[in-house]
Amino acid sequence: MNSIALDRRTLIRGAAALTLARAFPSWAQSGTVGLRPAPGVLSGERIELTVGESHFATGGRSAHAVTINGTVPAPLIRLKEGQTVQLAVTNRLKEDTSIHWHGMIVPFQMDGVPGISFPGIRPGETFTYEFPIRQSGTYWYHSHSGMQEAMGHYGPIVIDPAGPDPVRFDREHVIVLSDWSPVHPHILMKRLKQMGGYHNFQKQTLAGLLAGKDQSFKERMEWGKMRMDPTDISDVTGSTYSFLVNGHGTPENWTGLFAPGERVRLRIVNASAMTNFNVRLPGLPMTVVQCDGQHVQPVETDEFQIGIAETYDVIVQPTEAKPYGLIAEAIDRSGLVRATLAPQAGLVAPVPTLRQRPLLTMKDMGMDMSGMDMGQNGVIDLSQPANDSMSGHSMKMLDPSVAPNVPMGPGVATLSAMPADRTADRPTGLEDVDHRVLTYADLKALEPNSDTRPPTRSLDIHLTANMERYMWSFDGVKLSEGAEPIAFRHMERVRVTLINDTMMPHPIHIHGHFFQLVTGADAATNPRKHTVNVLPGGKISFDLTADAIGDWAFHCHMLMHMHAGMMRVVTVRHEGDAA
Amino acid sequence: MRRMLGLVLLAVALPAQAQTMDHSAHEMPQSETSPAADPHARHDMGGDETIPKGTPPPVPTDHAADALYDPAVMARARAAMVKESGGMIFSQLMIDRLEYRVQDGRDGYHWEGEGWIGGDINRLAIKSEGEGAVGGALESAEVQALYSRAIDPWWNIVGGVRQDFRPQPERTYATIGIEGLAPYWFEVEGQIFLSHKGDAHLRLEGSYDQRITQRLILQPAVEVNLAAQDVPEIGIGSGLSDIELGLRLRYEIAREFAPYVGVNWERKLGDTARFAREEGEGASATSLVVGVRFWF
Repeated sequence: MNSIALDRRTLIRGAAALTLARAFPSWAQSGTVGLRPAPGVLSGERIELTVGESHFATGGRSAHAVTINGTVPAPLIRLKEGQTVQLAVTNRLKEDTSIHWHGMIVPFQMDGVPGISFPGIRPGETFTYEFPIRQSGTYWYHSHSGMQEAMGHYGPIVIDPAGPDPVRFDREHVIVLSDWSPVHPHILMKRLKQMGGYHNFQKQTLAGLLAGKDQSFKERMEWGKMRMDPTDISDVTGSTYSFLVNGHGTPENWTGLFAPGERVRLRIVNASAMTNFNVRLPGLPMTVVQCDGQHVQPVETDEFQIGIAETYDVIVQPTEAKPYGLIAEAIDRSGLVRATLAPQAGLVAPVPTLRQRPLLTMKDMGMDMSGMDMGQNGVIDLSQPANDSMSGHSMKMLDPSVAPNVPMGPGVATLSAMPADRTADRPTGLEDVDHRVLTYADLKALEPNSDTRPPTRSLDIHLTANMERYMWSFDGVKLSEGAEPIAFRHMERVRVTLINDTMMPHPIHIHGHFFQLVTGADAATNPRKHTVNVLPGGKISFDLTADAIGDWAFHCHMLMHMHAGMMRVVTVRHEGDAA
Repeated sequence: MRRMLGLVLLAVALPAQAQTMDHSAHEMPQSETSPAADPHARHDMGGDETIPKGTPPPVPTDHAADALYDPAVMARARAAMVKESGGMIFSQLMIDRLEYRVQDGRDGYHWEGEGWIGGDINRLAIKSEGEGAVGGALESAEVQALYSRAIDPWWNIVGGVRQDFRPQPERTYATIGIEGLAPYWFEVEGQIFLSHKGDAHLRLEGSYDQRITQRLILQPAVEVNLAAQDVPEIGIGSGLSDIELGLRLRYEIAREFAPYVGVNWERKLGDTARFAREEGEGASATSLVVGVRFWF
C-alpha cells in the first residue's frame, strides 16, 4: 500500500514539475523588455493571491516549493500611492500561511504576522487584507509562517508615486535576489543546531597554512584560544544554495533588455532567507536613487552590499550594445548568480570568478582597537587623545560589565568590548576592493525627514549569539524564553542603538515603521529605512518615531536567526493606555 | 576520589580562564574612560551622550490584536509563534566510531556513539560504547542514559545512569560529569561513576579535529580511566587503570558520512594490567582500525 501511495505522489510531483518548473510571471521571465501591464503584474483595487505547493528546479537541483499563483518568485504587485487595495489571500497549503507586506505602512492588524497582528490563514481559508497605500517605492512581500519564505513564498511590490517621480528613467526591471535549497529549511536548521559549521566548506585548513594562506599560525592560535572562527561568515552557503535572480540561477541566465543609452532603473530586492549579497554590474556604474523604498540623494557607486530584506533602486545607463552582467555574490563568496542586461535576448554576460573568501578581523569581534594592526580595514581614530591607560589592560571577549542588561548564559558567547559605529565602514569582504563601495553614510534622504526632534530617550539592544550552539537572541534572551515586549509611547522619539555582539552581520527589521539611520549630524537627511544590516562587532543607531499604534514584530531577517529566537514584539500605545 | 574531583573541577575552571585575551602588549591610543565602564564613550557619531536614558513606558499587558480577532484563536497563534522563535526541539544520532580492528590475535570491533534530543539548554542523551573480538565474545558493552544541561557557552553538565552489560557480572553506575569545547577547539569530557557496589571511577576523554583540507580530517583522541579502588571481579585495579590513544583520518564524503582509517593503542596499567595477565590477556594492544563515522 505504502509503495503505491509513494508512487502516486511521485507521479503527481513529476507532472507538476513538467507544468510548473519553468513558470514565471512575465516580468521575471528571461528576455523581458521590462515592467509593463502584463499577466504576472497584479494591479487594481482587488488582487487575488493563492498560496500553493509546486515543484521548482534550477541548475539541476529541484524540489518542493511554496508558490503564490503558481510561481517563484510570486507575482509583482504594482499599486499607486493614494489608492486602497484589497488583497484576498487563499491558502491551498496543508499548513497555515500568511503574507507580510515588508516595509508597507499598514494598520497593525493587516501586517500579516501570525500571533502578533492576526491569527494566520488556515488551510482552505481566504483572508482579505485591506489598507490604503500611503507611500511609494520598491517593497516586497513574504510569508511570516514557518519557513515558507525560504521555499519560494516571496514577491516584489512596486508603488508608483501619486505625483511626479523624482527618479528619471526610460525602462525598469525588478530584480528579486534569493537563495534556494532543495533541502527543506527545517532540515537546514536542524543541521546547524547539530553542527554550527555544517555548511562552511571554506574553513582554514592545515593545507592552507602550509601554503601560506589565510591567518598566520600565531593568529590561528589566538582565535582558536577564543574558540572563534574567522571564516564563519554565513550559516547557510552555496554548498546547498542556488542563488537566484527572479527565480533564475546562473545557467538559466535571467536577461533584461535595454536599448543603448537608456536610463534603466533596477529595483533590487533581497528576498533571501539567509544570504547577504554584494551586488555589482562590471563596467556599469550604478546611481543609487532609493533604499528601502525611500528616495535618497543620487549617489554613484560600483558595488553595494544588500542585507536580507533591504531594497535598493539604482539607475544604470549602458551605452554599448553588448551584454552586461548583473552579479550578486554571496558575502562569504561561496557562490554567486549572474544575470544579464542585454540589447537583445540570447546574449550572455560572462560569469566572473568568485573572489577570495574574506576573513573576519578583531574589529568584527567588537574590539576596535584603534592604532592596533587590524589588517586593511583598521581605521585610526585621530580624534581620540592618545594615552597609555589601556596598557596592561586585558581585553575580554566576554566581560558582562559592557552589557549590564544582558543575562549571561549558554546563549551569549561573546560581547563586543569596544563596538564601533560602523555606518561609514565598507561592509564585510568589500574592505579593500579597488572600486567604489557604498556605505550607509553615503545615503542621504532626498525628501527631508518630517520628524527631526531630538530623541527623548535612548535604548540599547544587544544582538547576541552562541554560534557553536547556534543560539541567537536579543539581549541574551530568546523570544521563546518569555522575553517581554519592547514598549514605546505613541509618537515618542527614541534613539535605538543596536550593538552587534556577534561576528555575523544581522539585517534587523522593525515592522510598521521607518526609522532614520543616524549617519551624520543632520537629522533631516538621515536615511529612512525599514531594515538595517548591523556589521559584525559593530553598532548602529537609529531614531524611531513610534507613530503606529499596535503590536509589531521586530527581528533579525536571517530567517533561521529569527526562528532561533532573535525576535521581539514591539508595542506602541498611547501614554497611560498600558493596562 | 578527592583528586578526581579536583581534576573535574580543573576542567571546569579552564574555560573561565581562557575567556581573556591579553592585549596588554598593544599600545593603544585611548580616552580616559574605560571601555568596559562605558561602551558609549567612543565612536558615537550622533552624540548619544546628549540623549538621556529616559524611562520606558510600562509594558502593556494586553495584546493589540485581541481587540480585533478572537482572543482564544490569537492566544493559540501567539503560543505557536513564540515556540517557533527559539523553543523548537532538535535531535541527533551520532555514531562517532564503528570500526574493525586489525590486531595481534583475534581481530576486534568497536563502537561508540551518542544520541540526544532536546532544546538548547536541556537535553536527554543516550550514549553507548563497546567492543569485542570478531567471532568471539562481546568483551565490553555499556549504555548510559543522561540528562544534559548547558551551563555556559561552552560546557554542559551531565548526570544519569550507566549500565554495563559486559564484562559480567553486570554493573550499574550513577554518573555525573562535564563535557564541552575547551579553548583551541578541544572536545573534552570527564565523568565520575559510582557503582551500585560502591566503587568509584573517573573517565577523561579528549579529542581534536585537525582539518587538513575541507573534508580530510585527522583526529587524535585520548581516553584515560582511573579507579579509586581495586575491583577484581571486573579486572580493574586502583589508580590509573588504563590509557587509550587513537589517531583517525576521516574523509567527509558528506558531513554526515565519513569513512576513516587509523591506529588505536591501549595499555592497561598497574593492578589492572596484572589482573589482565592473570587472565591470560595482554596488557597492551595496538590495532589498525578502519571504520565509518555517521550521523543524522
